[in-house]
Amino acid sequence: MASFSTTATVDDPRISMGGGSTLPPVRGGGDDGRSGSPDYGTRLRRARLGLLVALTPILMLFVSFTSAYIVRQGLPTLDPRTNTLVRDWIPVKLPRLLFVNTCVLLLSSVGMELARRQIRREAALAPAASVSAASTGEEKKIPWLAMTVVLGLLFLTGQWMAWRQLAALGYYVSTSPSSSFIYLLTGTHAIHLMGGVLALLVAGAAS
Amino acid sequence: MGLVLLIIIWLITFVSTYFFIAKTWWLPVGASASAASIDHHFTITYILMGIVFVAAQVGLGFLVWRYRDRGGPSNKAEYSHGNTTLEIIWTVLTAVLFVGLNLMSSSIWASERFRPAEANAVRVEVTGMQFAWYFRYPGPDGKFGATKPELEDASAGGEGALGLDSKDPASKDDVVTGTMVVPVNREIEVILRAHDVIHSFFVPAFRFKQDAVPGLAISMHFTPIQTGDYEIACAELCGLGHYKMHGIVKVVSQEEFDKWLAAREAEKQ
Amino acid sequence: MATHGFAGQETHAHAAPQGFIRKWIFSLDHKIIGLQYYFLALAAVFVGMFLSLLMRIHMIWPTVALPLVGEIKPEAYLSLVTMHGTIMVFFVLTTAPQGGFGNYFLPIQIGAPDMAFPVLNMLSFWTTFLGFIVMLAAFFVTGGAPLHGWTGYAPLSALPSAGPGEGLGADLWIISIAIFCIGALMGALNFITTTLDMRAKGMSMMRMPLTCWAWFITAILGLLAFGVLLSGGILLLMDRNLGTSFFVPLVTVNGQLTGHKGGSPLLWQHLFWFFGHPEVYIAILPAMGLCSQLLSVFSRKPIFGYKAMVYAMLSIGFLGFMVWGHHMFMSGMSPYTAFAFSIMTMAIGVPSAIKTFNWLGTLVRGKIRFSSPMLFAIGFVSLFVSGGISGPFLAQPVLDIPLHDTAFVPAHFHLIMGVASIFGIFAATYYWFPKMFGRMMNESLARWHFWFSFIGTYCIFMPMHYLGMAAQPRRYSQFTELQYLAHLIPLNKFITYAAIVTIAGQLIFVANLFWSMFKGKKASDNPWEATTLEWTTATPPPHDNFGGRTPVVHNGPYEYSVPGAPRDFVMQSDPAIKAAH
Repeated sequence: MASFSTTATVDDPRISMGGGSTLPPVRGGGDDGRSGSPDYGTRLRRARLGLLVALTPILMLFVSFTSAYIVRQGLPTLDPRTNTLVRDWIPVKLPRLLFVNTCVLLLSSVGMELARRQIRREAALAPAASVSAASTGEEKKIPWLAMTVVLGLLFLTGQWMAWRQLAALGYYVSTSPSSSFIYLLTGTHAIHLMGGVLALLVAGAAS
Repeated sequence: MGLVLLIIIWLITFVSTYFFIAKTWWLPVGASASAASIDHHFTITYILMGIVFVAAQVGLGFLVWRYRDRGGPSNKAEYSHGNTTLEIIWTVLTAVLFVGLNLMSSSIWASERFRPAEANAVRVEVTGMQFAWYFRYPGPDGKFGATKPELEDASAGGEGALGLDSKDPASKDDVVTGTMVVPVNREIEVILRAHDVIHSFFVPAFRFKQDAVPGLAISMHFTPIQTGDYEIACAELCGLGHYKMHGIVKVVSQEEFDKWLAAREAEKQ
Repeated sequence: MATHGFAGQETHAHAAPQGFIRKWIFSLDHKIIGLQYYFLALAAVFVGMFLSLLMRIHMIWPTVALPLVGEIKPEAYLSLVTMHGTIMVFFVLTTAPQGGFGNYFLPIQIGAPDMAFPVLNMLSFWTTFLGFIVMLAAFFVTGGAPLHGWTGYAPLSALPSAGPGEGLGADLWIISIAIFCIGALMGALNFITTTLDMRAKGMSMMRMPLTCWAWFITAILGLLAFGVLLSGGILLLMDRNLGTSFFVPLVTVNGQLTGHKGGSPLLWQHLFWFFGHPEVYIAILPAMGLCSQLLSVFSRKPIFGYKAMVYAMLSIGFLGFMVWGHHMFMSGMSPYTAFAFSIMTMAIGVPSAIKTFNWLGTLVRGKIRFSSPMLFAIGFVSLFVSGGISGPFLAQPVLDIPLHDTAFVPAHFHLIMGVASIFGIFAATYYWFPKMFGRMMNESLARWHFWFSFIGTYCIFMPMHYLGMAAQPRRYSQFTELQYLAHLIPLNKFITYAAIVTIAGQLIFVANLFWSMFKGKKASDNPWEATTLEWTTATPPPHDNFGGRTPVVHNGPYEYSVPGAPRDFVMQSDPAIKAAH
């Protein structure tokens, strides 16, 4: 039961700071006579734990779609005309654009990680910001967060174009089971990503 | 209050148990080869679970009465957090009881569902549609002819309802009826199909139930051992007329069956 | 949706709101949100109960014209079946114990000032509320509510032409459930984070009251299950409206081809029951946790085998995800898989039996006080046993052959998952009402309510077992078509009479609830002399739960009748005790 007795599953980065930090914002105010709003470390830990938990149902959703995909792909059904079991799975030839999109997506993950590191470094250096001389290899600040958002939007646009290409080739949602799944999986993924882009925009506005 | 609870809980227990033991309402008469073994296992489960049920309820009623708050300083509750030995004992006991029961029934399940129908079984295709059952016999050629969804006409009934393709030579001798007729003491292979939604072919007297699923042809078997008429119900919610989607299976002697089938064949020619 | 919540709210600390709307409608306070959930469930339970009353009346008097409702048509009967099941399962059994009481008391019992993400909490309630409105809307569209049952088996649920109510009504039904899933997921996220991250000092996991354990495990089940139901709902909507064929093979309805081909009806069943079976535990686990708590409080005795109770709940939750196939023994699924599912299902009976033994063990050598919450807790144990005992019948595929889809099944799940959970909700209401509203509920009305409910429940559902054994299929609106059902009509009549009386008895509860809210006797801070943290704070609790102080926990949750202690209960926040053995 050790794993249940603590919250050690989530590592606590312990970015403690003097309260006057630029990020993230303290909302809701702490002026209600409680023991004060929790400090940055607590809130970060809680938000991370929450995000980790939130990933579970999203994962389950995609696992569920994927298992439906596998089942549907392998399953024969009865053709009443011939009284035999037939498979109706016809693979769709995917547009090349999807490969480019995947690369954009991977690139945006890299951008995301760099943005995270950048913010973390800024936060760690924030108390010492007044003593700006003590910079450890201060390079020009690259707007990683903004670049991630742009890449994300680029990916979504790319996906839209890929849908248009599929449609031009005659593959619509109901054309064949494989095309149904392409639209389903890319569609839900797009919604998932829009949520992510939205979150990045909020984070960007806050910092 | 403890005493009232005891009386009510015991009363509920004994009245419920009485109707089980008196068999006032019981399983329908068993008319297939597997009915006896299924009923036997039902009885075993029912006796064991009945004992557990009565013991737990009677115990609950007794405990709430026995350990009620009687007031006064001498009446103290015991300070105890449990007893690991007891926990282990009843965990093992229930595990053995439940898993054991299950293993006992596995051979019946295997003979019902793992084993395919015998080669010489009488083959009948059963088709469910909103809200009727149709039965098709392959005829002397032993082959079911082709059906075409485009040809289906429910109002025509019989062959029309199944959409039987008269151009297919194999369908020439297919017999389609609205009543199922089968010979006694022969294994019957049923091939279950459905046109529209899921139906469930339920013959209570045969202890037989299987969903008929569109897109699948499910093969099952049973052996009637008693002649007579038995009712078929639909046991899967299939729409508006679910409650009146019923049919009859007539179990007759082999001679009668052959005669009946021949007569149907003759009608077709 | 999760990201949105994080972005919107980073902290639990928020000022006590002033305006009416911020205080009572769009409140961030977990206590208000808990009450909102509770009253939503109360509204839903009355709708659901009314529907069941109409069903029972239609079975017995099919042509009678009722005031306001008129004559119930056969198609309306199946709509009633569907909506009764759906509303009860989602908006009552999932909503009241978890969303209602869990929201209100989880933070207080672990010593937290609020849920981890208050804005998310508010959103989850309003999402659920929206779901309920959409569900009710299905009654008022062309064709009426769907007739495919709460399980919504495809292709019946996937084909608008398959029957009345399968048009817009069915779409609304699916959309409502999808909305509900999103709300439930937001709630589950909050519960888990709160439990893991916001416990007071000294409140280790193994010092949490069993109620908190139950809410925590329920939230995990919800987190894993609702996403799958959501995916199934999306696929079903696509099949219905976009012409895809996930669940529908080549079928003809009334001789007309539907344009679908190659889909698998069983795929829907797998997705649905992968959610559906854990859902059963989502409904019952909070009631289990609560009744464990109450048996200890009112027996003035520590719970028998605290750890065993926790492990039993964990293993029920774990095994609950491996047994869904036992709903599909007769569905055409492979008989070999059926065998495996059956073994797992029997295995899940073991932790359930452990819990029952421990409840009885808690009573032994206790000093039982028969307050109304305790009556319902005892009733819960009795119903849990009665409903549980029919489980091993249905879990064996061989016995499922005669019993599947007969009245035996509703008898089983109504006792164990329906009414037992409802008894948990009643017990929780009587137990926590003083804390929530600062007044006591009327005790003699509560007793009358208990006797009506307890005896009534048995009169309704015990005979359904007999009907099931006699092979009466479920979801039949009439018993006149099959001859072998004729001799069961008197028993069906008896059930209807019992239902009418029992439902009438529930009016006592409503009267008591609203009367006591305004006129009940003033309650003290700890009227039941219980030990958990909610009883250390004011009644009703202040906005931040503990009035500025942060509780520190020194003891386990069930320290009753400790030898050498000054009183027969030691609060969790009292200085650490060592029993003088």
